[in-house]
Order: sequence, then structure tokens, then C-alpha cells
Amino acid sequence: MSNKTTVTAEPGKQELFITREFDAPRELLFKAHTDPEIYVQWVGPHGMQMTIDKWESYEGGSYRFTHERDGHKYAFFGVNHEILAPERIIGTFEFDGLPERGHVILGKTVFEELPGGRSRLVHQSVFFSVSDRDGMIQSGMERGVNDGYEKLDDLFARLQEPNTAAA
Amino acid sequence: MELPGYTRVSPKRLDSTFAALADPTRRAILGRLAKGEASVAELAKPFKMSQPAISKHLKVLERAGLVSRGLDAQRRPRKLEAAPLAEATEWLERYRQFWEQAYQRLDTLLEEMKKTERKNKQNKKQEKK
Repeated sequence: MSNKTTVTAEPGKQELFITREFDAPRELLFKAHTDPEIYVQWVGPHGMQMTIDKWESYEGGSYRFTHERDGHKYAFFGVNHEILAPERIIGTFEFDGLPERGHVILGKTVFEELPGGRSRLVHQSVFFSVSDRDGMIQSGMERGVNDGYEKLDDLFARLQEPNTAAA
Repeated sequence: MELPGYTRVSPKRLDSTFAALADPTRRAILGRLAKGEASVAELAKPFKMSQPAISKHLKVLERAGLVSRGLDAQRRPRKLEAAPLAEATEWLERYRQFWEQAYQRLDTLLEEMKKTERKNKQNKKQEKK
């Protein structure tokens, strides 16, 4: 199993990309993003309890879900703009715990069919500002950090390319 | 945008790191310095740029703490400082790992979904018989 998640966030830009391949047909990948009973089982930070408060998986419908740990609740909500089975989902995303409203993210997730019953997910998030994007990347990612120097190799490889556009 | 109680405090230094990294020439200079220290003249050569133009880029990189000056007083070689870059990669790497973990859970679920689908298909076939 060598399916690796790629995140591309060029410095100074208002967007980020996430790419990942899966050993499953895109119909199932699409279902895992639209069926609340499946979605709740994999999305969200490790060690947090996730509940879905609202789930209208159709165009114009809205959703809201909550992550909870140690009594702290973090709610996220948005509106589904387009749900085109099994190809793509377009919608908004916003964190409810900010001091002010309006830091909305527009997301597009595309499910591509690959040979051999496999599929590829390409997600693009567009933010109102660079600081919105950088804040999103910095927040809530309380992951243990491994040796940073190992990752330097990766960065150097990317630095030597003239431009690190998203694949 | 910060998520209260949900945020790991991140150094302001990231801002200057990313501003410095936003330019392709500066990224290429760092790529060159990753292979070893180099003088301004040596750095200017592959870029078809004047030495003053390279010096300007180097100043931005120095201010961001990404580049420092070596000991040789004659050549005044520049060298790479890894610490801010480590922070910058860690920044994105944590976010990447967050999704990696979620997608690994999804991998497991997809395997289960595939099995269920296969069973359903078999059952339908048997019903037809």
C-alpha cells in the first residue's frame, strides 16, 4: 500500500490542493464522501468524537458536523453547491468557532477513475485571503512531529523545481 | 484565522520564510545552497543575473534567516540555514499527516465497502437463479 497523500500550498497563494489515490472505484469513493454513516467514520482529527448534526447531501442542501474532545466542541458547516455522482462535489466550508463569521472556504473535490478499479481524489480549496489559508493549515493539526530533517529532502527536491504547481 | 483552543501556536517567522520562498529565483538559490555553500559570483552564474540582483535576493533570504554568511572573509560564501525551512515543511507536513490518517481510515472502509458490494452482487445472482 503506497498511496500517499500530497498537499500542495504554494507560498503567498489563496488555495491549496490535496491529492490521493485509492484502491477502490470512484463510485465507492464518492459514496464515502456523501453517505453520512460512512463519512463520520473517517473524517476528523484522530481521537475526536464526531457527530453529524445536519446532512443534506444534495444541491443547495447544507451540512453541519461537530468534533468533540475533552468537552471542547468544534463545529463546521457549509452548503453543497453541486453534488454530481460519482464525479465531483463543490461546496462551502466554514469553522463555527472563530471570533467572526466570513472566513468561508470554497471547496471542489473531483473523483477520477483510474484503470484496475482504482480512483484518484483531487481536492482544491480556495480561501478569501492567504492568511485564511495559512491559518487553516496551521490550526487543529496537533500531530506529533517526526524528525524535521527527513522532510527537508522533500522540500529541497521541490525547491529545485522552478515552480511547484499542483499536479 | 486562528481556531481558539484548537491551535498550536506557530512562530511569526513562518511569514518571512514563506515570503522569501514565494520567488522562484530565491527557491533556486536555496536549491543551489542545499548542495553546499557558494559565493555571490558563483550563485549569479547559472541565473544569468547581475551580482547586485542576486545580492538583493540574498538579502531577503538572509532577513528570513534562511541564508547566512560563511567564515571565509575573502569569498564571503553564503550557506543554507535549515531551521526555518524545517519549520516551514513541518507546517505543511502536519496538515498532510492529518489527511493521511483520515484517508488511511477511509482505505479500510473502502475495503469493507468492496466486500459488501461483492456479496450483494452474488446474492442478486443467486436470487435470479
